[in-house]
Amino acid sequence: TGRTNIDDELFEELEEVLIQADVGVKTTFALIEKLKEDIKEEDIKEPEELMKYFQAELKAMLQNEEGTFNFDKDLNIIMVVGVNGAGKTTTIAKVAGRYKDQGKKVMLAAGDTFRAGAIEQLQIWGDRLGVNVIAQKEGSDAAAVAYDAVQSAKARDVDLLIVDTAGRLHTQKNLMEELKKVKRVIDREAESANAQVEVLLVLDATTGQNAISQAKLFNEAVDVDGIALTKLDGTAKGGIVIAVKNELQIPIKLIGVGEAAEDLQNFDPEEFIEALFSNGE
Amino acid sequence: MIFSNLAEKLQDTFDKLRGKGKLSESDVKSALKEVKMALLEADVNYKVVKRFVNKIEERAVGKEVMDSLTPAQQVIKIVNEEMQNLMGGSQEEINISPDPPTIIMMVGLQGSGKTTSAGKLARMLSNKGKNPLLVAADVYRPAAIRQLQVLGERLDLPVFSMGEDSDPVDIAKGSINFASTHNCDTIILDTAGRLHIDQEMMEELEGIKGAVDPDEILLVVDAMTGQDAVNVAQNFDKRLDIDGILLTKMDGDARGGAALSIKEITGKPIKFAGTGEKLADLEPFHPDRMASRILGM
Ligand SMILES: Nc1nc2c(ncn2[C@@H]2O[C@H](COP(=O)(O)OP(=O)(O)OP(=O)(O)O)[C@@H](O)[C@H]2O)c(=O)[nH]1
Ligand SMILES: Nc1nc2c(ncn2[C@@H]2O[C@H](COP(=O)(O)OP(=O)(O)OP(=O)(O)O)[C@@H](O)[C@H]2O)c(=O)[nH]1
Ligand SMILES: [K+]
Ligand SMILES: [Mg+2]
Ligand SMILES: [Mg+2]
Repeated sequence: TGRTNIDDELFEELEEVLIQADVGVKTTFALIEKLKEDIKEEDIKEPEELMKYFQAELKAMLQNEEGTFNFDKDLNIIMVVGVNGAGKTTTIAKVAGRYKDQGKKVMLAAGDTFRAGAIEQLQIWGDRLGVNVIAQKEGSDAAAVAYDAVQSAKARDVDLLIVDTAGRLHTQKNLMEELKKVKRVIDREAESANAQVEVLLVLDATTGQNAISQAKLFNEAVDVDGIALTKLDGTAKGGIVIAVKNELQIPIKLIGVGEAAEDLQNFDPEEFIEALFSNGE
Repeated sequence: MIFSNLAEKLQDTFDKLRGKGKLSESDVKSALKEVKMALLEADVNYKVVKRFVNKIEERAVGKEVMDSLTPAQQVIKIVNEEMQNLMGGSQEEINISPDPPTIIMMVGLQGSGKTTSAGKLARMLSNKGKNPLLVAADVYRPAAIRQLQVLGERLDLPVFSMGEDSDPVDIAKGSINFASTHNCDTIILDTAGRLHIDQEMMEELEGIKGAVDPDEILLVVDAMTGQDAVNVAQNFDKRLDIDGILLTKMDGDARGGAALSIKEITGKPIKFAGTGEKLADLEPFHPDRMASRILGM
């Protein structure tokens, strides 16, 4: 920032950067308060040193202990959930593409039986990627599709099954109940197959404070194991995941940086924080 | 409900002010700090909030207010007035062409709700006696055309498409002929989602606009959007000179501050609110009523 002193203006600048990145007021203030205490303890006197220290702290906070996915079991199942339009179906295609390229046998389940054209959307991705898609007709029971898909996956020696679900707002009680039911069916079928189940929550990077509520309620309903943060190719910084990680300790695993199958990356705290503090593109 | 949190916080602040007799400058400052926090927590853009709070402070910390008999009332009045300015006035209708067809163009970021809202608008207009035509001008998203066709089937309304291998500009042009031979007086163009910084894709929208001269360009914005809403709206408006905003996904617990920011930055009115996934879930938006609700008036 080219400043020579650590003063109120510097902290206000920091506040501005964080809030404009959607980190949120509460988390921003908490982070800055902690920073103020830390710099006393660490005897930090230069703005540049302070920025280095602060960014390192944030990166450490976002670091994940485990890798992205560990596919130790014969069958691994990823159930993908999130609000409407967040990028679930596209993220599924991207993940499928990645693991197919790594030689895994991948299968998709068209668990969004509700939205117009949702099944066809997944089928088109399946065709493009050369991956099997298990589907029933529009309006059928999502849990039944999931059940079918796990059975097929078992029968066909699939390594990775990814289950799409309909977008839903986390505040819609009946739809969240439906989601729980899908999860229960998957869990039950997985247990008898000695399969591993992982729930991936898709968050849109352009989302503001609402993402905290999304993460909380989806986590309460279906126990989220990881987050995919989509649409980071825009100008949004996605800072809300800092608040989410801070409050809920859910690891950020993947990021989406475009609409094509290859536009998927593992979440990298280093790059994420650099981008958060860079102005412009 | 949208803005309910903001409403609650502002009421709290007002109550505290009312509880005081004489106001000191620091009373006002701390009240404004609370207003600032409430707005930021509701996702109103940082710069918009700063400007808003500064404006109020300038007006409120003056001698007339502080020395008046009811300083708290004066401050609250100022906040109310500025809040109403921020929200905008009465509900604004979409532009209907005196010389049909009326052409409505839906634009916005990926996944904001354009296709669904196109269907909802078609339904609303059809209920008002219009004959809308839905036009599938998204040739990129897998099954985007299919999605619109399904909505058309549900509404029993025609959908014009030229497949995925056509140019969206040609599709838009072609829809005008189709509309006239099928007695449609309203054309609703569903365009592909795109980033506001995607030059090529933004040029495509300019091309469509140039070719068919829409009467109404609606920017479809997700109510859950955060600070970036301002960048998005500014870019779309600069490129296309949009006519209004359609705010979607208002049925959740979004704080909706992005709407305030967009209005402030572009000066364009919020015309509709999407309140669910079903085709009936669209309402005209009344900025003045919303402001009153936030302010508890
Ligand atoms: N720019 C960009 N667009 C994305 C990204 N991920 C998804 N999209 C786009 O966002 C839109 C919505 O994506 P979908 O995958 O259909 O989202 P969804 O969550 O499955 O939506 P619903 O099933 O309707 O709830 C599509 O136009 C995608 O192409 C991303 O990382 N970057
Ligand atoms: N809850 C709720 N969901 C909505 C609303 N409007 C749209 N949706 C949902 O949001 C998701 C995305 O809607 P679309 O209409 O496909 O969005 P789009 O902008 O056309 O997406 P792209 O074409 O991929 O850019 C779908 O799941 C819709 O059902 C709304 O007002 N409330
Ligand atoms: K970005
Ligand atoms: Mg989907
Ligand atoms: Mg669409």
